[in-house]
Amino acid sequence: MTSAGGPEGRSYAPVPARGPGGFDGRLLELTEELRGEGLAVGTSELLDAFAALGEIGWTEQSQFKEALAATLAKSPEARHTFELVFERFFFRAVEAEAVRQGVGESVAGEAGQMLSLDLEELRRQIAAAVRDGSESAMRDLARLAIAAFAQGEGSGVLGVDVQRIRRALGLRSEPQPGLPADDPRRPGLPRERVRRFEQHLRRELERAMIQRTASLPPKRPLTELDRALPSGPIQDLAAVHRVVAQLRRRLATQGHERRGRRRHAHVDVRRTMRASLQTGGVPIDLRYRPRRPRRPEIFVVCDVSTSVTSASTFFLSVLHALHDSFRKLRSFVFIERISEVTEVFERERDFRAASEAISRDAGVADVSGYTDYGRVWTELLELIEDELHPRATVIVLGDARTNGRPPREDVFGAICARAGRTFWLNPEPRLYWDYGDSVISSYERHCTAFECWRTDQLEDFVKALTAPATA
Amino acid sequence: MSGFDTNLSQSPEGVDAVAAGLRAAGYLAGGSTALVSFLAAKLGKPVLVEGPAGVGKTELAKALSRYLGRRLVRLQCYEGLDEAKALYEWNYRKQLLRIQAGTAGEDGVRDETGWDDVQQDIFSEEFLLARPLMTAIASPEPVVLLIDEIDKTDQEFEAMLLELLSDFQISIPEMGRVEARTRPVVLLTSNNTRELTEALKRRCLYLWLDYPDLEHELEIVRLHCPELPETVARRLVEVVGMVRELDLRKPPSIAESIDWARALLLLGATDIDPATFRATMSVIVKHRADLDTVAERVGVKLERAASAA
Repeated sequence: MTSAGGPEGRSYAPVPARGPGGFDGRLLELTEELRGEGLAVGTSELLDAFAALGEIGWTEQSQFKEALAATLAKSPEARHTFELVFERFFFRAVEAEAVRQGVGESVAGEAGQMLSLDLEELRRQIAAAVRDGSESAMRDLARLAIAAFAQGEGSGVLGVDVQRIRRALGLRSEPQPGLPADDPRRPGLPRERVRRFEQHLRRELERAMIQRTASLPPKRPLTELDRALPSGPIQDLAAVHRVVAQLRRRLATQGHERRGRRRHAHVDVRRTMRASLQTGGVPIDLRYRPRRPRRPEIFVVCDVSTSVTSASTFFLSVLHALHDSFRKLRSFVFIERISEVTEVFERERDFRAASEAISRDAGVADVSGYTDYGRVWTELLELIEDELHPRATVIVLGDARTNGRPPREDVFGAICARAGRTFWLNPEPRLYWDYGDSVISSYERHCTAFECWRTDQLEDFVKALTAPATA
Repeated sequence: MSGFDTNLSQSPEGVDAVAAGLRAAGYLAGGSTALVSFLAAKLGKPVLVEGPAGVGKTELAKALSRYLGRRLVRLQCYEGLDEAKALYEWNYRKQLLRIQAGTAGEDGVRDETGWDDVQQDIFSEEFLLARPLMTAIASPEPVVLLIDEIDKTDQEFEAMLLELLSDFQISIPEMGRVEARTRPVVLLTSNNTRELTEALKRRCLYLWLDYPDLEHELEIVRLHCPELPETVARRLVEVVGMVRELDLRKPPSIAESIDWARALLLLGATDIDPATFRATMSVIVKHRADLDTVAERVGVKLERAASAA
């Protein structure tokens, strides 16, 4: 274990109220929850957190939270999870304490105020607060909105109530040209801010429900959706490029360690001289320059048929990013027959233009427009047979749905046997593999298959490549 | 160098003091930046700073060194960086000279008793070439050590850093251990192109720097370019924000916003209209494909705004 900084012998932090239920205990509970949500919080991190809390003032929540975040959450994803867990943890802790002590809020004042409130004016105010993104205004208005628009005790399902109130307020991210020109909702509200307002609504509704029932609902673990960093298709494209940059590094250095030191390496004069000092200046043992790894050669084969429509944009962006990073790369798209698109990507630097050019000119559909893997493999083998060698990597992007046509895994096996490595990225969740006309398992015998329809899965794929080669 | 107030460099008083100090050094710190810098100085832990390119990761180290009155020692990482270039290297030319000078002094007759002296001598500090990490460790004055773009190096190099980052010492086989005389403030930056090892992260505080929000960036631009009219500056950060939302190879960084502000100032622009934007957009966008996208998407928006006004 590492020491948590500072000279030895100094106690970590002047933490008040030691013992179970005291502050230490609470922080440990929080770490337990963080671990439960998949954050790797070690003992050394925990000690750091205590040390950090000893150095800052506790009067500001943001400082307290930032200090914990800096010591406990060490990647953007972990940071995002941390914020969610932190919110949930302290919200529940406060509410549990309120329930225990029987503290409630009187709603009478607000209700009385409500009678004189113009609902249309309230809608506008809320929309303005959402547009400006002011947290405190949104929080206050969320309570008013609940008082004004929630119907009695609500449906009992928080998500439904939240959406009902949002609709009643007319908060939408699309432009609403029907509204008057000075209405803040007219040009459409930022999606991210609307989401934040929904969170305020949800929290206030939850608070009200806890107060009503005087008990805490069971804790809800974070879902994939909560966990995902807010992102749109644009960030996705950037993320794909980032992952592919990793992939490039990995493929470029792999096989390097296996080759080891071999014949005709160049002598590194500087290091040889340095080594010769041990033998009085006589260069007895020669030191060599490390060999530069050869550039990898990659063949990418991408399915663009209708069964993978949703995934093909993703795949094409992977292809596009690959072309950015590798010089020795040939790419093919296929449906019924195969067509080389290397030139398209080399000519068109813009992703959109490239994908349009492909759908226009590739000419991969023949008669039916259904994928014919058997034919594609035969054609591919013919095309690249002479260029396949053990240093080549073949990557297939496709769902392995043959539409009942012969899969010809023997031809695919021949391709794999000639290439050094073959990977298959399947855009379907593993659950659906081999259902219906999917024949992925007969292909998987010859290659390594990955489930891949999100960027983080693409990252998993890269990590799998990173893992030390077993062969 | 010793004229610097060591009190100041040892312990900043509080988070607000750090924020104010960084501001005086020309760096506007966001909320967590000042706090993490403060903790780094207080706890003596290295800080791992991650974020997209051009959000001021390196600049933070420079500002910290100015604020703390410490020298900045910088190690720029790249693929294939090894110990000889990062830690230390024996000055073998000088060592050879020393050996030859020793033997020549005896009229070409090798004197066996002198050998021990020579051996002792050539592996002493005099013959050691200190590289950045060694310099930072051995410096009598506390320094700020910046290990820039750590994600560009290999994993092996990271492993080598572990000894340095947790114990602030370096082992040299011929000489023994060199321990830090003073504790440097260490910043590691990463553009997140590669996942760093858990072991390294474990030893660091973590700071994620993102593009600043509109108001914060406006403040930064005004700090660096105070002569630019307020309205133009606001328009500028709005447009930069719009450009960052697009799918670009290289989104404009803060440094580029500042460059653009200076360019507009030189041109004496009073507003960012479509024409000015087209003429000066190459300051913030530097890929040909990006230029087309930006001209198309943002240019149109500006025109619409201009015609509405």
